[in-house]
Amino acid sequence: MQALTNRVKEVDRKPMSLMERMYLPGIIKGMMITFSHIFKKKPTINYPEQKRPFSPVFRGLQILNRDQEGRENCTACGLCAVACPAEAITMEAAERQAGEEHLYREEKYAAKYEINMLRCIFCGLCEEACPKDAIYLSETFTPADYQRKQFIYDKNDLLIPHPKENPEAYSQALGNRPKKESVN
Amino acid sequence: MADEIKTIKVTIDNITIDVAPGTTILHAAREIGGDVTPPAMCYYSKLEGSGGKCRTCLVEVAAGSAADPRPMPKLVASCRTNVMDGMVVKNITSEKVTDARNGVVEFLLLNHPLDCPICDQAGECHLQDLGYDHGKEGTRYQFARRTFKKEDIGPYIQLHMTRCILCYRCTYVADQITNKRVHGIVDRGDHAAISTYISKAIENDFSGNMIDVCPVGALTDKTFRFKNRVWFTKPVDAHRNCETPGCCGKATLWLRGDEVFRVTARKDQWGEVQNFDGKPGWICNTCRFETKETVKWTIEGLTTISRHSVIGANKYKTLETPNETIKKVMHGVEPKLLMDIHSVSGVNNPTIHLSEIDRPANGKDFNK
Repeated sequence: MQALTNRVKEVDRKPMSLMERMYLPGIIKGMMITFSHIFKKKPTINYPEQKRPFSPVFRGLQILNRDQEGRENCTACGLCAVACPAEAITMEAAERQAGEEHLYREEKYAAKYEINMLRCIFCGLCEEACPKDAIYLSETFTPADYQRKQFIYDKNDLLIPHPKENPEAYSQALGNRPKKESVN
Repeated sequence: MADEIKTIKVTIDNITIDVAPGTTILHAAREIGGDVTPPAMCYYSKLEGSGGKCRTCLVEVAAGSAADPRPMPKLVASCRTNVMDGMVVKNITSEKVTDARNGVVEFLLLNHPLDCPICDQAGECHLQDLGYDHGKEGTRYQFARRTFKKEDIGPYIQLHMTRCILCYRCTYVADQITNKRVHGIVDRGDHAAISTYISKAIENDFSGNMIDVCPVGALTDKTFRFKNRVWFTKPVDAHRNCETPGCCGKATLWLRGDEVFRVTARKDQWGEVQNFDGKPGWICNTCRFETKETVKWTIEGLTTISRHSVIGANKYKTLETPNETIKKVMHGVEPKLLMDIHSVSGVNNPTIHLSEIDRPANGKDFNK
């Protein structure tokens, strides 16, 4: 049969040499390699105690942004949902009523906003599509869970802490990533 | 004169076509179709007297006619200029035209609020298409844009004057389709605004058609306002026996699941209302605003959407819902591990019927 590639190697079926039949030299050679690794630099870290830094372009769990007065930026325009290749994002829009101006920045807002983390592939296209600076991928992993229903993240899970009511959590949520140039 | 119909030759962007005398350049270009057709924001072939206002359909006439082949000195509005025999027109092949059109788009967008993320027209907005085709990404305008208060035109129509480009189409609808016009353009120049003198006075059966003719999101359907983005709804062609005289009863339903979120007239490839039996297929307000139940309509099939449009994105190309196969594969055993998405998700809640609310939904509707 003709080989598909020219990288075929014939199986060596020659009888073992004397060195190979003695068995022990091979064992010692193998143990020497193992032993030498004790003196080498460890490639692993002790994970929960030690953590590796994230790459500056790491894309983790989404957050929904607020402006400096704590109003939600999202206006339920649906661009993230239409850009989402995994169809993980769904939303329901509502009209801002009189007296809700301190809660929502625009006259339309997302009454419901859900990301199905089982579907999300963390591609970041939602962040790219957003015209309102409202969705960002943070430096957090999606925590593991036993039940699938825990992975439907709604607005309570996604919204960034309120910058005025909870400034500490807010600044923590902003992270250490260098700020992007504002579009506007 | 003999009865034979004489045709005249006109060349648009190096494509020659025979058209009847009295045809406008825009119509001749539409007969050719494709990229050659100039865009039109104010001209509407079904409305008499429309056109000549927005200047987006400007073309260059390189030769006036076979008898007088001198070029026309200025760019002309193709919707208002009739063709002559042997006329040579340049649209996309002329640099002057592209340049002028870019300028026109910039002017149209001067006072436009660019609130497309909020606007219900986004996705089917002619100004949005035009802007993306010809506009530049940034704006050079640094001053405050004109602002107006939102206004109700009748119980079902919302007017956002900030988005209006003053194409006058809606006033022509009121003049020609409804029997009494009660709204119009007040003030002049930069202050010009669509309004009713006696606010909320439009109660005509056909007033809803001004939503369909509006090229931007200035006039929008209040019963659909903020309910969903157009590209998440599924357009289907449907008809019903409408008893209102003059209503054609043929419409496009915009569905989510089995719910009718919006009813519009059927549009042709130019974004205008389709003709049925030689007459424009206007629909009455009963069909448009008050018939939001699927059972009252006979669904004919999916509406054909241009593949360039976002409205066709992420949709099944059939009306049939795919069959559930798990039970069949499992020899009749119901799946135990399937999660009903409605038990966790608050979106598209089957107990909330948005189509039955005749106003924009608010927070209370979702937190019942």
